[in-house]
Amino acid sequence: MNETEIRTTALTTLLSIAPEVEADELRGDRPLRNQVDLDSMDWLNFLLGLHEKLKVDIPEADYARLITLDDVVAYLQKKLGDA
Amino acid sequence: MIEFKLPSLGSDMDEGTLLEWKVGVGDTVKKGQVVAIVDTSKAAVDIESWQEGRVHQLIAGIGQTMSVGTVMALLLEAGETAPAEVGAGGTAPATAGPAAAIAAPAAASRRMVSPAARKHAEEKGVDLANITGTGPRGAVTLQDVEAAAATLQPTPQAAPVATKITDRAADMRKTIAAAMSRSKREIPHYYVAEDIPLAAALAWLQATNAQRPMNERLLPAVLLLKAVAIALKRYPELNGYWRQENDGGFVPSVAIHLGVAISLRQGGLIAPALLDADSKPLTLLMQELTDLVKRTRAGSLKSSEMSESTITVTNLGDQGSQAVFGVITPPQVALVGFGRVAERPWAENGELKVLPVVTASLSADHRVSDGHRGALFLRELSDLLQHPEDLDQ
Repeated sequence: MNETEIRTTALTTLLSIAPEVEADELRGDRPLRNQVDLDSMDWLNFLLGLHEKLKVDIPEADYARLITLDDVVAYLQKKLGDA
Repeated sequence: MIEFKLPSLGSDMDEGTLLEWKVGVGDTVKKGQVVAIVDTSKAAVDIESWQEGRVHQLIAGIGQTMSVGTVMALLLEAGETAPAEVGAGGTAPATAGPAAAIAAPAAASRRMVSPAARKHAEEKGVDLANITGTGPRGAVTLQDVEAAAATLQPTPQAAPVATKITDRAADMRKTIAAAMSRSKREIPHYYVAEDIPLAAALAWLQATNAQRPMNERLLPAVLLLKAVAIALKRYPELNGYWRQENDGGFVPSVAIHLGVAISLRQGGLIAPALLDADSKPLTLLMQELTDLVKRTRAGSLKSSEMSESTITVTNLGDQGSQAVFGVITPPQVALVGFGRVAERPWAENGELKVLPVVTASLSADHRVSDGHRGALFLRELSDLLQHPEDLDQ
């Protein structure tokens, strides 16, 4: 799975939780939760959605590294590459 | 004969609109069974019956707006014979006439639509009036809406749908305004707050979650909720209702049902109950919280969840402010608030450390309790959170 496909999957997952989000207006290099109103339950469901779609385990210890959409995509790409 | 009345689903509800009957004439109804779906200004709610019987007559029609306490249906108690059956020698289906007579005009004036279908229609901009329902008695189903949405032209219906959503948001705002105004008018609030170090709780949570699959991990909010529920056992004057009857008075509740404030994506909030939160292990509480949040945002709550909270907890979470001092939801007598968990300087035993800390607050009714007891409650809460392993029982 390439970077574009992973980004699309991440956005689709995000939109399923926050349907009001305009994907085109999201800045990949800005903190995601500053741009989208996601509470801790939403954030958990977002990561859980990625886990279910991509079969990637995301340890809780890694949550702090996932700040921007670019962080999330790069993290998943590395995980999928390592798999 | 049992009169099944529209229940109050909170002090902020005066009326509701019947969306759907989930039972028909002649059906047996059990305790806790969902018998109808009623639209309030906040959400479509599954109305449960707390009595057992057999449906004799459905009085309320689909689309009918009625006040709280209105008789919606008549149920026969076990062994009871319908009055009309007596007159007909017990042979005729006594309720067919009146029920049909009531149902017919209602069905003509208002469509039967499942809550999920109604919500999906709003999101997709589908006009329900243009859909032919394929569900029971012509009810519009989610599949009907999806089929209609697939054929929808992009723009023409956007305006009315937007207006409808705006109306709903405005209705909810009005309802919240009325309830909160009443609270501030009638309840003499007092407020106390306590900073609670969470290093032990979060370390325990991290270790626990490391052993769990992703879909079973716990959020810090669950620890906070459980600690509140357990602390309330020692402070019953914070858990219950203020009743206006007989010059007013406090009625404590044995059960601890935490109303959890959940914000809606379209604005507004609802605080449905996590029932018996004090007696549930953390894993179950987390499952129920997840389910409650999901159903609240999907507009599919049960009447018991809307009406039985004995206290409210509002948690601003990690994106929120440092502290929150909430307004009590009548007839409850207290509200616990949690601000953002954040690292802060912490002085202890002459040393300065940096620790994750949360500010817990209590808004309480001064007619029932005093600040001293409120402060002790928060200290109890703090002590409980220093021993998180004990909360998982």
